[in-house]
Amino acid sequence: MMDLSGPDLGMVLYGGAVALAVIGAIGVATATHLVRIVLAIALLEAGANLLLLLSAYRFDAIAPIIVTGREGVDSMVDPVPQAMVLTAIVIGVGIQAFAMSTVLKVHKVYATLDVRVLLKKMEQEIDAQAGVEPVSSPQAPDRAGIPGAAAKNVEF
Amino acid sequence: MYRVTSLLFAVGLTVLLFALVSHLDFGHAPMVVGESVNRLAAEQTGAANFVTAVVLGYRGIDTLGELAILFAAATAAGLVLGHKRSENSRREADGGAILIYGADLFFPLLLVVGLYIILHGHLTPGGGFQGGVILAAAFFVPVLARPGGGLNHRALSIVEGLAGASFIVIGLWGLWGGGEFLQPMLDKGTLGELVSAGTLPLLYLAVGLKVGAELAGLLTTIAETEANE
Repeated sequence: MMDLSGPDLGMVLYGGAVALAVIGAIGVATATHLVRIVLAIALLEAGANLLLLLSAYRFDAIAPIIVTGREGVDSMVDPVPQAMVLTAIVIGVGIQAFAMSTVLKVHKVYATLDVRVLLKKMEQEIDAQAGVEPVSSPQAPDRAGIPGAAAKNVEF
Repeated sequence: MYRVTSLLFAVGLTVLLFALVSHLDFGHAPMVVGESVNRLAAEQTGAANFVTAVVLGYRGIDTLGELAILFAAATAAGLVLGHKRSENSRREADGGAILIYGADLFFPLLLVVGLYIILHGHLTPGGGFQGGVILAAAFFVPVLARPGGGLNHRALSIVEGLAGASFIVIGLWGLWGGGEFLQPMLDKGTLGELVSAGTLPLLYLAVGLKVGAELAGLLTTIAETEANE
């Protein structure tokens, strides 16, 4: 057995993976720039993949590949989580590519990547499409930037 | 208020993940399926790399689904961005001497490395997905160096379609040979040699060409869209 074994090493490694995932989740929730949101999704994926790989790690085990001179099927790690992570990484790349192209399109149409400005512009568009007068009273609350804009008095 | 909600969410996620992780015994992971795979994969599939044996041999249909997702993502990205003829746009400045000579120098090297990694996927860490990304890089770096040139999208989609079709044909071959869909066919060969593991290297070659063509086309589409703004 290795001297590295013990609760501390595991907790440090798991903590790193969990921290990556949580940083990604916070980024998704709080970032206001679309590219940063895509990057945060990438971080979240990296954390999840790392967590999956770490959960299959075994001390004194080698990669599940037979190399001449290092036989010994008994001391190999589980190949199934590695195959799953391989799949997850590839799908993550596809999702990120699609997200980035969507972001590019948004930038082309609205000329901004700030979600607050985007919300304002889209609300204006929806109001214009629906034929609703924009709120013009000086006391009217600033709808953009307030999630769950309850003050929005649209009449049907 | 919004920030507080996000913070609460993050704290909750941390607690949840740590609660899950605390049940795991680090370094002494239980192996149920993996044990059988490690014991049987060498004789059942003939692949020295057991991850490849899982990806293509035991769970080949998952890989087909994965390819389908990648194809859907690439198609959707192309649909969102749209095809634009780049003749009417202004000429982009090229990438400078260093990038141009670097692209020319690295193109054959990247091609060789990518094909090596694809063809040794059943022996060493690597395979179709990793090698395919390197192939895509080999074809994309010249596009960065000479933005006006572009890649032939028609040729790329032909390569992609043929690779995807041959993956399915190899799968149907297993079905036709009396086995299951995507069952490894051909002779297993000697463990650890380049020509071994039956149809697994052929499947990985198809995967590599498909991933390479898809990613190269996707990156080129994004680059062209940026250049045309």
